[in-house]
Amino acid sequence: MIKLFSLKQQKKDGESSPRSGNQKKASAAQLRITKDINELNLPKTCNTEFPDPDDLLTFKLIICPDEGFYKLGRFVFSFKVGPNYPHEPPKVKCETQVYHPNIDLQGNVCLNILREDWKPVLTINSVVYGLQYLFLEPNPEDPLNKEAAEVLASNRRVFETNVQKAMRGGYVGGTYFERCLK
Amino acid sequence: MAECHEADQKRWNNLRKVLERAGPFCHPEFEHDSDLLTFILTSCPILIIGAGGLGCELLKDLVLMGFQQIHIIDMDTIDLSNLNRQFLFRRKDIGCSKAEVAAAFINKRVTNCQIIPHFCKIQDKDESFYREFCMIVCGLDSIVARRWINGMLVSLLEYEDGVLKTTSIIPLVDGGTEGFKGNARVILPGMSACVECTLDLYPPQITYPLCTIANTPRLPEHCIEYAKVMLWPKENPFNVPLDGDDPQHTGWIYEKSLERALEFNIPGVTYRLVQGVIKNIIPAVASTNAVIAGICATEVFKIATNCYVPLKNYLVFNDVDGIYTYTYEAEKKENCLVCSQIPQTLTIPDPTKMKLKEIIALFTESSQYQMKSPGLTTMIDGKSKTLYMSAIKSIEERTRKNLNKTLVELDLRDGCEILVADATSPNTMVVRLNYLSADVEMK
Ligand SMILES: [Zn+2]
Repeated sequence: MIKLFSLKQQKKDGESSPRSGNQKKASAAQLRITKDINELNLPKTCNTEFPDPDDLLTFKLIICPDEGFYKLGRFVFSFKVGPNYPHEPPKVKCETQVYHPNIDLQGNVCLNILREDWKPVLTINSVVYGLQYLFLEPNPEDPLNKEAAEVLASNRRVFETNVQKAMRGGYVGGTYFERCLK
Repeated sequence: MAECHEADQKRWNNLRKVLERAGPFCHPEFEHDSDLLTFILTSCPILIIGAGGLGCELLKDLVLMGFQQIHIIDMDTIDLSNLNRQFLFRRKDIGCSKAEVAAAFINKRVTNCQIIPHFCKIQDKDESFYREFCMIVCGLDSIVARRWINGMLVSLLEYEDGVLKTTSIIPLVDGGTEGFKGNARVILPGMSACVECTLDLYPPQITYPLCTIANTPRLPEHCIEYAKVMLWPKENPFNVPLDGDDPQHTGWIYEKSLERALEFNIPGVTYRLVQGVIKNIIPAVASTNAVIAGICATEVFKIATNCYVPLKNYLVFNDVDGIYTYTYEAEKKENCLVCSQIPQTLTIPDPTKMKLKEIIALFTESSQYQMKSPGLTTMIDGKSKTLYMSAIKSIEERTRKNLNKTLVELDLRDGCEILVADATSPNTMVVRLNYLSADVEMK
């Protein structure tokens, strides 16, 4: 057990050499994101864009699925990593309008690890794989876009046609979708 | 001397009984001594972080226990809703700085003490500020701030031949409360479990699945989250991010939550609940604050005087139904992001000649590191900078030019730290640059 009292007296005598000035320390979030980004191991259908290479906390993920309903589409997600990362998950929004049961028209994404099931051991890579999986296996059970979910649950052929229509640019139901084929 | 005179006063007789006599329960290495009283009265500066519910209690407790040199830091101002438990504040103080009002109150009320307030964020102060304190006590409700001060104290540690210098340790006594539950812990940075080691203990913010919020709400909280997460960004009523302290914003969310609750026939949406959900507030209980602050102040006293063995090291307290406390030793995490690694020092003979690529070669080729493809970042004037990262093509392309620059050209100063991440190690490594020719002109 340390003895602080005697210890502080020593400190007064031989005050340690102050380190260089007031350079700001890297935060735990910074330490962790440096590692996450350096070790990003993207599937071949994914790509990242960093508008500012010095800012690893803000970037975009582009997913171009090579199979499934969304094959040949190009979907852009924005990532914002906050100061409480990895205690809190990154904030992810879908910037491409997509006809998808788990993504709504405002870009909200229903992926459990982005909210209630986030754990600090998860990484940016886990989120990338999670998002990619959403395009391979859209899930009608947890809908954000209820209409799309109902169509997927009742008639996969119609759903597939609707996805194609939306990706080519056009109306599905009352909603217009911008073209997002690559 | 005035100090000695003060130490003679009757006022401290009770402290004397503890500090000037031996006893069967003392710390085995306790040396009773009248100088101990002078020490805590005059030469043991303490920093209290947070001047809210816990902070007011801590300040009162510590100053009455003899700590007369206390700094208190808080960025918040006083709100009407604080007055029931933050007892150093009065109605006339609403809108003023918590730290300033608390310090002024105690300075006026308690003779001979010097409480110095700081009305700012903890992040506004640098290491030279924190280095001045013997100990730091936290009464915070924010995990971000806790993690920050924890990281700061770990970064102040110094090592000699890989051995921690005990003189560089600034103990952190941390209290926290949530309603009728509380905890107190003692952290000896570098020696015992730190905040980051035990991050799992802090419950993450309560979140609900987005699809539940969007389609199948059952709770009033679901309705409020709907207004907050889905409607606010969509309608953007004030063209600014949601601010939980702005009554107009809260009012808007309240209205929309009510509409939503009506639609799904869900009872229980109140203005107060809306405030709680937006700001993630759990109601504060004055008695819980008092207990936790009392425990923290006692720990500060024990560590400063060495009179009793300090708390080892994590106490939980619960008075929801009767009273329950339990103490256990939280363990240091072997791969803690913050405290597990001894910072490496890299000695650079001549930073005007040494190029970044040579540093990277050192990490990949030397037997000490044997890295595969290190990514390097740093902080320059408080801003992060990516020096080189080969894993991401777009970053690699734009940082490649740095490889042929010298350290001076990259604006890296003597003593600055670079973060080195590599797949071969579980954590990002912090490397401090040490220039032999220290007086290099920087541009
Ligand atoms: Zn730790």
